[in-house]
Amino acid sequence: MKAKELKESLEKSGYDFFTGVPCSLLGGIIRELGDGYIPSVREDTALGLAAGAYLGGRKPCVFMQNSGIGYSLNVLTSLNLIYDIPALLIISFRGFEGKDAPEHIIMGRHCVELMEAVGISSKVCGGTDIGAALAEADALVKDGKPCAIFIKEGAVS
Amino acid sequence: MIMRDAIAGLLSAVKEEYVVCANGFISRDAFNAKDRPRNFYMLGSMGQASSIGLGLAVADPRKKVVVLDGDGNLLMNLGILAMIAKISPKNLVHVVLDNECYDSTGGQPTISSSIDLAEAARGCGIKNVMKAGGAADITAAFRECLAKEGPVFLLAKVGRDPSGKVPRVDIAPPQIAERFKKA
Repeated sequence: MKAKELKESLEKSGYDFFTGVPCSLLGGIIRELGDGYIPSVREDTALGLAAGAYLGGRKPCVFMQNSGIGYSLNVLTSLNLIYDIPALLIISFRGFEGKDAPEHIIMGRHCVELMEAVGISSKVCGGTDIGAALAEADALVKDGKPCAIFIKEGAVS
Repeated sequence: MIMRDAIAGLLSAVKEEYVVCANGFISRDAFNAKDRPRNFYMLGSMGQASSIGLGLAVADPRKKVVVLDGDGNLLMNLGILAMIAKISPKNLVHVVLDNECYDSTGGQPTISSSIDLAEAARGCGIKNVMKAGGAADITAAFRECLAKEGPVFLLAKVGRDPSGKVPRVDIAPPQIAERFKKA
């Protein structure tokens, strides 16, 4: 999927608040969002910002590399999940199938099950399947739940 | 002045403002002093009250947002000062109630006795930085902050609660969020 197309899909679904911490795999979409994207200093901070935006009537989407899941888990479990504060998480999947730099291997092996362990629904996407995953995630977001879409290398260009 | 009294004073000065309270005794003291739908009580997610407040302030510039933060909370998310300075929302007042300890876990010291959090805010580029506590009245300083264009940072030096016991917030988290969103 082209970054432009992803941006349009997100906006069409009503997402109007974008923040996060970048990854090279998310460079295209962050560039596409331009000034509409707020750079956060950390992934948990981005989630906090998104929660505040939601409380202010916005529909937030947070971008991060899967390494950011570590920082994010406390906010997801002790803010989003217990208050029914939703957020769409678009997470780059580094270390997929163990093929990546050493720092990505362990998180790559466990990121999907980490989300599952805390009760956050996620889908791993390779490109053309992003649209369907977005629709599925959006239904959960509307129900007050955080939801994750993992983006593999090359899925968004 | 102990934190409980400082928070009661701050809440006596708010009117239409949305108040995001950090976890621990700050949320509990605020809840016990003056519960209102426009108070958001953060129960977990330590460090993030300032992020939630910033997100809210950006999301709806018509809302005046006050963050009641703690020294331990701010030290956990110190980068937020740089974000607040960069984004510079005019509708944000960031108050740090600094009792130099993690009071709700037993009063273990933070490191804020040896660093000046107001200087950190100033160093990040937040222009309106004030200090209160001791002889300088916290509520009076806060009223001044509310009248200024944001972002404003107020460091309020407070004392530990000698009782060590503060009743918990007894509203279910989804209700805290829902009523705050609708208020």
